[in-house]
Amino acid sequence: MAALELARRGHRSLVIDKKDNLSAGSRAICWAKRSLEIMDRLRLGEVLTAKGITWQTGKVFFDRRRVFEFDLVPDRGHRRPAFVNLQQYYFEHFCIEAAAATDLIELRWQEEVQGFELTGDGALLTLRTPSGDYRLHADWVIAADGARSQMRRSLGLAFEGRVFDDQFLICDIKMRMERSAERWFWFDPPFNRGRSALLHKQADDVWRLDFQLGATADRDAVTEPESVSRRVRAMLGDSVEFAFEWISLYRFQSRRLQRFRHGRVLFAGDAAHQMSPFGARGGNSGIQDVDNLIWKLDLILRGEAPEALLDSYDRERIPAADENLLNTTRSTDFIAPKSTISRAFRDGVLALAASEPLARRLVNSGRLSVATCYDGSPLNGPDGFSAGECPATRPGAAALDAALGEAWLLDQLGSGFVAVCFCREEAGHAFQRAFSAPGPARPLHRLLVTDPIACARYGAERLPAYYLFRPDQHVAARWRQLDPAAVERAAARAGGWAAPNA
Amino acid sequence: MPLMREPNLKDPDGLYAAILDTHADLSESESMALNARLVLLLANHIGDEAVVREALALARQSIDAEAQG
Repeated sequence: MAALELARRGHRSLVIDKKDNLSAGSRAICWAKRSLEIMDRLRLGEVLTAKGITWQTGKVFFDRRRVFEFDLVPDRGHRRPAFVNLQQYYFEHFCIEAAAATDLIELRWQEEVQGFELTGDGALLTLRTPSGDYRLHADWVIAADGARSQMRRSLGLAFEGRVFDDQFLICDIKMRMERSAERWFWFDPPFNRGRSALLHKQADDVWRLDFQLGATADRDAVTEPESVSRRVRAMLGDSVEFAFEWISLYRFQSRRLQRFRHGRVLFAGDAAHQMSPFGARGGNSGIQDVDNLIWKLDLILRGEAPEALLDSYDRERIPAADENLLNTTRSTDFIAPKSTISRAFRDGVLALAASEPLARRLVNSGRLSVATCYDGSPLNGPDGFSAGECPATRPGAAALDAALGEAWLLDQLGSGFVAVCFCREEAGHAFQRAFSAPGPARPLHRLLVTDPIACARYGAERLPAYYLFRPDQHVAARWRQLDPAAVERAAARAGGWAAPNA
Repeated sequence: MPLMREPNLKDPDGLYAAILDTHADLSESESMALNARLVLLLANHIGDEAVVREALALARQSIDAEAQG
C-alpha cells in the first residue's frame, strides 16, 4: 500500500516480502471507514467495499441474554460505511494487482532482510533469497515487516510493553448461514463458560470465530481440528456444516517502539506497534501510519521539504499508537479480567447493562478504530474557532466526508494542500479572488463548498469557515476570517518549508 | 465542586443500616459484586468525574494508611 501511494506521487519503490504469496489466513478483517477513504485515493476503496461485507450492528451477550446492541449508523452524506469486513488476503490481493499495473513498483517475493545497516544516505540491506544472498542500497526504507520484524531486530531496538496471559483461538470457517452480517460478542456464554467468544462475517461465506481459552490451554491440543470442531458446534449447533479455512492461536501483546523514525528507516504497522485485536486497530492504524508518512516523504523526495519534516511522523503517529494501545488494552482488560475484583466490576457492568443504559456505555468488547486526531502536532496551525466549537474538525482531525451533488468532498480535497471555504453565502467570491492574485511560491489548491450538510459538518452553518487541509486530508488550521497570508503561513508550517515557530 | 467531606445526609444512621441490610445474607463474593455495582451506579449519578476521582483517592489513601499501621 505504501508503494502504491508512492507510485501515485511518481516515486519508484521496491517491495520485499519473505513470503511467496498472499498471507495465509484472514488475519485483519475489519476495515474502518477512514481506511476505506484512504484506499479511495488509490482507487481501491470501491473494490474493497464491493468485495467486503458492510456491517453496522453489533450485539453483545452475557451468558444467554442479549445485554447490549450498538448501531454504527453513518450520518448521511458519507461515501463509505463505518466498517467493511474483508479478509486481509483480499486486501493484499487488490494492492498487488494495482502494483502490477505500474512500472514504478517492483515486487520481490521470497526475499528476506537478514542484515541491515544505517548509512548516512539510507540503508544497506543484506537480502536472503532461495538462490543466495545479495546486498542492496536503499535511499529510504519503510520497515513494515510485521510484529516479528526482522528489521527491528537487526537494529537491536527495544519493543516493550505488556503480554497478556490469555490465549485466544481464532478460526475461520466456511459455511452457508442465513444470518445478518452483525458482530456478535459473548461474555461468559454456555459454550465457552467463564470466557468470551466472537462471531463475525467475512466475504465468500467465511466466518471469523474467536474463543478466549485462558492461560494454560495446550497449543497442540486446542488447535487440533477435531477439538476446534467441538467448539464450533457448541457455538453454532450440532447440525452446522462447515469447512475450516484457518486456525490460529494467539496471545496478545501491547507494545511499541520508542521511536518509529530511525534516520531514513521508518517503521510502520505491526513492526512499530503491536496491539490486541479488539477494536480492529492493528490493520487500520497501519494504513494510517502509511497515510501520514508518504506525503511527507513525497515532499522530501521532491526537494520541497527538509528531512526534518519526518520528525512529525513520530510526533503524530506515536501518540496515535498510544491511543490505540490504550483503547485495546482497556478492552482486553474488560474481556479478560485479571483479578477477582476486576471480574466483579466487569460482571456488574454486564448484569446491569440489560436494564440500565448507564452500564451499556461501559460494556467494552472493543472500541472500534477511528482516525486519530493529531492534537498538539507541530504541524498544526491556528484554530480560529471559539473554544469548544465544532471539535470534530479541529486542527489535527481527519476530514469528514460529505456529498457534493454527485461528487464527494474527500475526492475533491485530493492529495495536496488545499484551502477550502465552507460558506452558504457569496463569501466565496472574495475567497476565490483572494487566492487568484500571483504571490505564493507554491500555489494552493482552492475549493469552495456551499452544500448545507457539508457546511454544517464543518461549523459553517451561519458563518463562513476557512480550512487548510494537508495532503493526508487532516485539518492543518482553520479560521473564521479570510486571511490568505495566514493560510500560506499555515501551509508552509505543515509542509515543513518553514520552521514551526515562523 | 470538590468532594463533599462534611456530613450531608439527613438520616445517616438509617442509611448506614440500609447499606448493611442490602448486604444481608450475601456471601463475601456476592457482597463484593454488590459493592461494585453500587460504585458504578453512584459514580454515574455523581457525573462529575473529578469528584469521583477524589473519592477514589481518599478511599485508597485510607486503606494505604491502615496498611502502614
